[in-house]
Amino acid sequence: MRTYSGHSTPAASNALYRKNLARGQTGLSVAFDLPTQTGYDADHVLAQGEVGRTGVPVCHLGDMRALFDGLDLGEMNTSMTINATAVWLFALYAACAEEQGSALSALRGTTQNDIIKEYLSRGTYVFPPAPSLRLTADLILFTVEHAPDFNPINICSYHLQEAGATAEQEVAYALTTAIAVLDTVRARGVEGPQLTRVFGRLSFFVNSGIRFVEEVCKLRAFAALWDRLGKERYGIEDARSRRFRYGVQVNSLGLTEAQPENNIARIVLEMLGVTLSKDARARAIQLPAWNEALGLPRPWDQQLSLRAQQILALETDLLEYPDIFEGSTVIGQKTAAIAERAWAEVEGILSHGGAVAAVENGTIKEALVAENAARIARIERGEQTIVGVNQFTESAESPLTEGGGAESILRLDPAAEAEQRERLEAFKKARDEAAVARAIDALTRAAQGSDNMVPVSIAAARAGVTTGEWGKALRGVFGEFRAPTGIGGAATPDLGSSYEPVRKKVAALAQSLGRRPKFLIGKPGLDGHSNGAEQIALRARDAGFEVVYEGIRNAPEAIAHAAAQEAVHVVGLSILSGSHMALVADTMAALKRLGAGRVPVVVGGIIPDADVRALKEAGVAAVYTPKDFQIANILDDLVGVVRQANA
Amino acid sequence: MSASGARSTAQLVEGVVHQDLPSVAQALSLVEDTRPEARSQAVELTAACHALSRGSGHRIGVTGPPGVGKSSLLNRLVQAYRAGGQSVGVLAIDPSSPRSGGALLGDRARMMIDADDPHVFVRSMASGGQLGGLSRAAGAAVDVLSAGYDVVFVETTGVGQSETDVEHVTDSVVLVIQPASGDVLQFIKSGIVEIPDLFVVNKADLGAVASRAVSELKAALRIADRGHDPNAVLSVSAADGAGVDGLVAALRAHREGLQAGGQLLRRRCEKTAQWALRLLERDSWQRRLSDLGGTTAVLARLQAAADAGQSAIEAVSAIAAD
Repeated sequence: MRTYSGHSTPAASNALYRKNLARGQTGLSVAFDLPTQTGYDADHVLAQGEVGRTGVPVCHLGDMRALFDGLDLGEMNTSMTINATAVWLFALYAACAEEQGSALSALRGTTQNDIIKEYLSRGTYVFPPAPSLRLTADLILFTVEHAPDFNPINICSYHLQEAGATAEQEVAYALTTAIAVLDTVRARGVEGPQLTRVFGRLSFFVNSGIRFVEEVCKLRAFAALWDRLGKERYGIEDARSRRFRYGVQVNSLGLTEAQPENNIARIVLEMLGVTLSKDARARAIQLPAWNEALGLPRPWDQQLSLRAQQILALETDLLEYPDIFEGSTVIGQKTAAIAERAWAEVEGILSHGGAVAAVENGTIKEALVAENAARIARIERGEQTIVGVNQFTESAESPLTEGGGAESILRLDPAAEAEQRERLEAFKKARDEAAVARAIDALTRAAQGSDNMVPVSIAAARAGVTTGEWGKALRGVFGEFRAPTGIGGAATPDLGSSYEPVRKKVAALAQSLGRRPKFLIGKPGLDGHSNGAEQIALRARDAGFEVVYEGIRNAPEAIAHAAAQEAVHVVGLSILSGSHMALVADTMAALKRLGAGRVPVVVGGIIPDADVRALKEAGVAAVYTPKDFQIANILDDLVGVVRQANA
Repeated sequence: MSASGARSTAQLVEGVVHQDLPSVAQALSLVEDTRPEARSQAVELTAACHALSRGSGHRIGVTGPPGVGKSSLLNRLVQAYRAGGQSVGVLAIDPSSPRSGGALLGDRARMMIDADDPHVFVRSMASGGQLGGLSRAAGAAVDVLSAGYDVVFVETTGVGQSETDVEHVTDSVVLVIQPASGDVLQFIKSGIVEIPDLFVVNKADLGAVASRAVSELKAALRIADRGHDPNAVLSVSAADGAGVDGLVAALRAHREGLQAGGQLLRRRCEKTAQWALRLLERDSWQRRLSDLGGTTAVLARLQAAADAGQSAIEAVSAIAAD
């Protein structure tokens, strides 16, 4: 039982961890900020406004020491949500434990280390697939040998469901990811008992949605297919090593901004899907907070989620029984059906070159974007009910979100970013520059060769190398990757005649402008959550806009530059990391510098009401949040925005 | 153009020549503008730009099926030409949706454009129209960019008409394909073997399959026997940059060959005439349609004919007799 947490600074996060442990949490789940996840220091231009936002910033060994101050890493079980830079954060963790006097072999915990789903959904990838998978394998091989109780990889189907995957797709894409990793490991000569150990260390991070009966079946199917894969493809004889081990975070995609208290019921029901069946019960569960769609949860909100788990485990009789679905024909048939379709999908992907090829050519991404588009269309048409959103929308005044809800979310200390930069500067001043230069040189040479990157990274951590320096050295060798956006080839649902009114308006606007209205959708900053941007892009195209979409992670300056060269009529910025105030201001200033200050800017994302007002005062033409679920209405509104700007 | 920020034709030309970003952006919007009041200025602007770049610069078409890595390769080419000190304009064409008339202009996503480099200009444009070819504005946009930049790339996705249209507005056409995709076979069947000047097999990093694609392509060109130099087939890797310098050298050699033989201007004039013919065809087609009462009305008539059991040829000949 744990909550995913960390924010502002290492010291503030340390205080939070101590409090959570005192409340009965049994391990730590560290959330890193986006610069740390993408290999930048707090003083990098792309890190501006992002430091300490979605998690804790860790720039160097000093930050790691502060983060775990007073916590014994030899005793702790620490889960780290870290992927592209997993080798580096593990190295800092190991170096910190070593200073505390703990042996590597005593370390327990998990690094997420699943790069494939980063390309498909979460967006914190850095390097191209091949060197990324090498780093994945490096960490697996190192820990299997030196830190045998550590889980070096946690393959995430979670984020695939968040990006729109069906149950079958979620299982299939996660399994092809595991195959890509295991094949990489095997190609490095790992076989026999060592391959069995590696297979046994692989664990999964699964999503659980509101259709919880289907979720029960999905997990039973997942476990069966994993067992089969181990036996058939990798010849794993030991049944224990083939056991499907997984943790869960229940679904965030379905949490609503409207009537947010309803999310408590959703979260509890979603938890049932992964706990009811003993044969497929999660080892660890993380629950989101009821107010995630509003902003950052406070400690109290997280406590509520922890209590829900404690009630299920300790008050109910659930844990007293063996598997309660044993012999159920309904569950048996549904499980078999999911397994069959998922396996067919796995075979299809393998026959086209596997997960890496599917990432590079965009086929999986396109399938996810299309599935999500279909889901949104069902909600818009009212075929899929979301209580409080498209049905039962009337509500009594909520005491939880009084005064627009400004007090019902966590507010971060705006000084934290500057403090983090100062600490970085101070840390750099105190270190031995010659040793740092040698360590970076060693990193570069190891990256160019084929040695395991973990030992050389641990040495660099000890020498005082920073996260940004590690990232820069490896970027220099491996290069930087931009994943396909998936929108070009994604099939869109038939919108029927529902888009005719907005199409007519767009066509009329095109007449008066002299060319089709051109709409640039930008994702400034490091936030990789692109669902919203992708869906708006597709629908805007279907409404008749010309849409320029550049994918995730662009600097405000680059977005403004594109908007100016493309001579767009409106710029839309999609931001879900909470960094909207700084990023929007920077983009607007850059537009002005480039002579495009008259182009209207609209913003979409998880934006608290108070910030909506502030953004509008700063000149933003419109702000859209998750409660604006009818995309046609947003596009209709955009026509008005463009018309007004060109009047 | 709304009143504020609008520039005179002379100011726009001056701005384009000096690679002034707002001027280039506005000039390209002007050539796209369909309003009658904008058309005469657009003609004036295009004429001035055309005259300025008539015998100079290099216009390069990059075409090929979707997903072969054209944008990534273009990214490498832009970097290579910039490293050689030449300024670069890029026109990236994406298809318009026949359903809505809208378009997804996604090529910038795969390119890493340095916002601090004033000597690179990238503009996306929808193909427009129903035929899948280049829009009227695309030809004019090439003229505008050529007046400001040394090298102008036109990137199109090789489906239908755009593959042949791009030939009319560029000096050299590069066809990009990828190995083991059936592209080579498609290419042989499609009969567009005359159009490309250079053939590029991307993803050389795949090794044996890539070299096999190169030899298949060379064999196909020998069989087609259209006078292609076997050296016109190149292997590159947009992923790691291998072979890109060779491609740049081949492109330069192609242009120098044309220049030395005195063909550059001759070819450009011929192509301009071909492109003009294409535009004229479209104009007459548009005019004919509007004479008949516009697309919707014509379609209604054709639909009625089809519902009455007529074949397409019957329906058309009935209309033609009007």
